[in-house]
Amino acid sequence: MWSLAVPNAQPVISCRNVWKLYGPKPQAYFAALTAGTSFEQMRGDGYISAVRDVSLDIAKGEMLVVMGLSGSGKSTLVRCLSRLIDSTAGTILIDGDDIAKMDARALIDLRRRKMGMVFQSFGLLPHRSVLDNVAFPLEMRGQDRHDRRARALEVIELVGLKGREDYFPRELSGGQQQRVGIARSLAIEPDIWFLDEPFSALDPLIRREMQDEFLRLKQILGKTSVFITHDFDEALRLADRIAIMKDGAIEQCDTPDQIVLNPATPYVAKFTEEIEKSRVIRAGTLAQAGTAEGQALSASATLHTLARQIAQDSRDLIPVAGPDGRVMGTLNRAAALDILFGAAQ
Amino acid sequence: MTSHRTGALALLALALILALTRNALPAGLMRPPEWLVWPFADWLNAAFAFCQNDLGLMAVTRFAAAGIAALLDVTGNLFYGKARWPNLGPLPWTTFAITAGALAYRVAGWRLALFAAGTFVWIALMGQWEWAMQTLSVILIAAPVTFVTGLGLGIVAWRFALFERVLNPFLNIAQSLPQFAYMIPVVVFVGVGPKAGAITTIVFALPPMIRMTVLGLKKVPENVVESGLMSGANRWQMLTRVRLPTARNDVLVGVNQVIMQCLAMVVLTSFIGMPGLGQKLLQLMQSLKIGLSFEIGVTIVLIAVTLDRISRAWAEMAPKHFAKGTPWHQRHRVLVIWAILMGVAFALAHLSPWFSQIERSDAFSVAKPIDAAVDILIRLIDPVSQALRWFLITWVLIPFRDGLLWLPFTTVLALVMALGYAAGGARSALVCLGFFGMIAMTGWWDRAMITVYTVIVSVVLAALMGFPLGIWGARAQGRAARVLLVCDTLQTFPSFIYLIPVIMLFGVNDVAVVGAVILFAAVPLVRYTIEGLRGVAPELIEAASMSGADRSQLLWKVQLPMALPTILVGVNQSVMFSLFMVIIAAFIGTQDLGQEMQRALSTTDVGKGLVLGLAVAFMGLMVDHLVTTWSAARTQALGLEPPKRAA
Ligand SMILES: Nc1ncnc2c1ncn2[C@@H]1O[C@H](COP(=O)(O)OP(=O)(O)OP(=O)(O)O)[C@@H](O)[C@H]1O
Ligand SMILES: [Mg+2]
Repeated sequence: MWSLAVPNAQPVISCRNVWKLYGPKPQAYFAALTAGTSFEQMRGDGYISAVRDVSLDIAKGEMLVVMGLSGSGKSTLVRCLSRLIDSTAGTILIDGDDIAKMDARALIDLRRRKMGMVFQSFGLLPHRSVLDNVAFPLEMRGQDRHDRRARALEVIELVGLKGREDYFPRELSGGQQQRVGIARSLAIEPDIWFLDEPFSALDPLIRREMQDEFLRLKQILGKTSVFITHDFDEALRLADRIAIMKDGAIEQCDTPDQIVLNPATPYVAKFTEEIEKSRVIRAGTLAQAGTAEGQALSASATLHTLARQIAQDSRDLIPVAGPDGRVMGTLNRAAALDILFGAAQ
Repeated sequence: MTSHRTGALALLALALILALTRNALPAGLMRPPEWLVWPFADWLNAAFAFCQNDLGLMAVTRFAAAGIAALLDVTGNLFYGKARWPNLGPLPWTTFAITAGALAYRVAGWRLALFAAGTFVWIALMGQWEWAMQTLSVILIAAPVTFVTGLGLGIVAWRFALFERVLNPFLNIAQSLPQFAYMIPVVVFVGVGPKAGAITTIVFALPPMIRMTVLGLKKVPENVVESGLMSGANRWQMLTRVRLPTARNDVLVGVNQVIMQCLAMVVLTSFIGMPGLGQKLLQLMQSLKIGLSFEIGVTIVLIAVTLDRISRAWAEMAPKHFAKGTPWHQRHRVLVIWAILMGVAFALAHLSPWFSQIERSDAFSVAKPIDAAVDILIRLIDPVSQALRWFLITWVLIPFRDGLLWLPFTTVLALVMALGYAAGGARSALVCLGFFGMIAMTGWWDRAMITVYTVIVSVVLAALMGFPLGIWGARAQGRAARVLLVCDTLQTFPSFIYLIPVIMLFGVNDVAVVGAVILFAAVPLVRYTIEGLRGVAPELIEAASMSGADRSQLLWKVQLPMALPTILVGVNQSVMFSLFMVIIAAFIGTQDLGQEMQRALSTTDVGKGLVLGLAVAFMGLMVDHLVTTWSAARTQALGLEPPKRAA
């Protein structure tokens, strides 16, 4: 489940040195920009670098979670990737095609066939019922009435809004509206799925359900997704990789374990400080070469779930087995206990 | 701010010096000298003649007019039995009452349904059916044509910023041009009668529709647009399925304004031979038949309120879902009931002609008792109204008018520049000079000053009534709501209506004109005073009360200053309304621009009519400029929400 993307395959989304500047004359300002101009200096000049020199590759089926404080540029980055806004500089390739070079028709085609997006602020059409909102992308594609109704009902059921097809957005709660947005983005079965804080308006129970549903979908459908959230637990549950943004730049983009174990910058360290490491780190991450006898721990389980087992085990080195059941190394029990209960003083 | 003050004071001093040394001034500074008066009217006439004859525009307008006339024939036949295709009409009066009731019920519920149906019952019973139908048959054509044209132009203006920038000044002028100025060119190009009435109405009602369309389209939230784009909508789909439906409410508010403008204008086009309620009212008022005018006035008011409430309720209607499995006849209950009632109505009309058309001879009338009551009332208050009239004329109106006419025109120019400088510095001073300088260049200076005097007197008197009333009205929540409702309703009345009571009381003279203008101009003052005062943040009032402010300190130190920007909007509207009203009231006898405009209308002198209209528009635009500039400065100084810009 936490397997990394297959290397060497062509990434679905690939961006190189993407910038997005807000200000009076972003292009001219960017052309005159010298390397190393800081965020504050730019702000002094009247420009906000909402996205700053971002380079990323996202492989097929991968789930990238983007995190960062409010205003760090998460939504702007996703808008650049979907070309809802034009980036100031850099190239963005989707399946190898440069989206900045696409004409209106190609872009519309791309969105009709491949992309889905859930918006932070829902963006539902107020004059359409739930059903018609969800069917809207299909309608744009010119699908016939009957088919789009059937498909829309399917996804409405999927997000748990069955029975409310005829409601209008203003008759729904925030969480329900959010789910309509999710259903709409799923209607066309997109290959690439952008989700801007899709679960932020949901209550914890439904949120969890949606996350499970989401993981299930991801496994069956193999969608490539970019997911924005403020919630670290959510990120840990869902992410293949996590990108942490600050002032428009990506501070670190890595697997959850690496982000927690080896923060690249002091900012990331501070960002992850509050997190209980045992919930993130898996036995496999800590495993070192070697062998030991007896019952093995599962490499993909977090230390947190293994806590009782580790605490009750008397061996210094506990074997760790990979998904195929073969022992892949040993876990140093003392080190694991240190992570679980804090280092001995 | 202080630099503005010195500049303004300097200009004021200049004005004073010019006024004091009046007798020593050369004639060129007293009144606009000949070289300054340009023959705009002749130029305009030449331009119109060119369009009309050489460009063959006449053929185009005649063609458009023929189209409108064909449409008018259809409604004319259905509504009042004009002998034209489809030769089905006139429809029984009951069908109109039922349809109006059903529409009102669908959008707003029982009470409005009763009111709407009652309006048509009243019209039928009072024997005004044919007149009312003549009026409504024009509105039913003019409003949709305006809607479609305005929507189209609005979309183009929204799409192409350049077009909007070119269009905007025209819309500004058009919205401050008095109604008569629209009529003269139409008379030249189309002639007189119903189709001229319809076309004038369409042109007049167009600007608000364009404005509301642009506003609505610009207001569509960014997230809705983005979600439309991500759904793969192309440009056309974005417009028709995302943007316009989302802007529905603003567009429908535009429709409401169109309908109300149409009604106001249709009544006025009686001046260019449009038959109907307006014409009847005009004739009756000219022959001082108070009771009968009153009846027609009531009808017009009822129609106005019905149209306004139905279209507004429609604009505010939010979509609602039906429970699952609701059968067809329940989803469309109103439609079913309407169809049944229509069947009944036709059957009844077949049985008794009374249910089809009520002849004037069979109709009721309350004119006699009203005449009698008004007679008694007038006899009772005659001493008061005579005294008031005498006082107003000898102590207020004549001295003020003579004073204004006594001033050299250069003094007036310096004065408006001083005002401009105080409001917004040198730029504003120049803008004001521009507007009033243009008026001087038209050659109608004295007449314009009489218009200015009537407006100033009326607005000041209206303010003396309106502000206290507004402050009183704002004291309590419930009262404020009631007074606002009254103001709202009064504002839906066509301006013409305001003349009825004042003519009743004062007869046909200057005081009646001023009276009508005061009434008309006081309404927005009351309304915006209340809205401004009620809009002051409650925390502020609480904080001030805790600092020990008493009620009058609270009012003068906190509420009024905070409410000022809103109140100024009212002042602005009040001036605009007065200008319109002064011009309309000219037919009961004034010596201002309005009277000349009436003359231009009767001689179909397009150039003169437009020049006069523009002179009035410039006054309005200058006040608008002053008020918006000043109120923007105040708003900023108070740290309130910055004024919304149309751009
Ligand atoms: N249209 C715009 N014009 C100017 N500045 C903008 C615009 N849109 C975004 N910004 C700026 O870009 C920066 C990044 O905004 P963005 O919406 O991407 O933040 P975010 O990380 O999504 O925040 P949140 O978690 O609150 O959603 C912010 O500083 C914002 O002020
Ligand atoms: Mg965001």
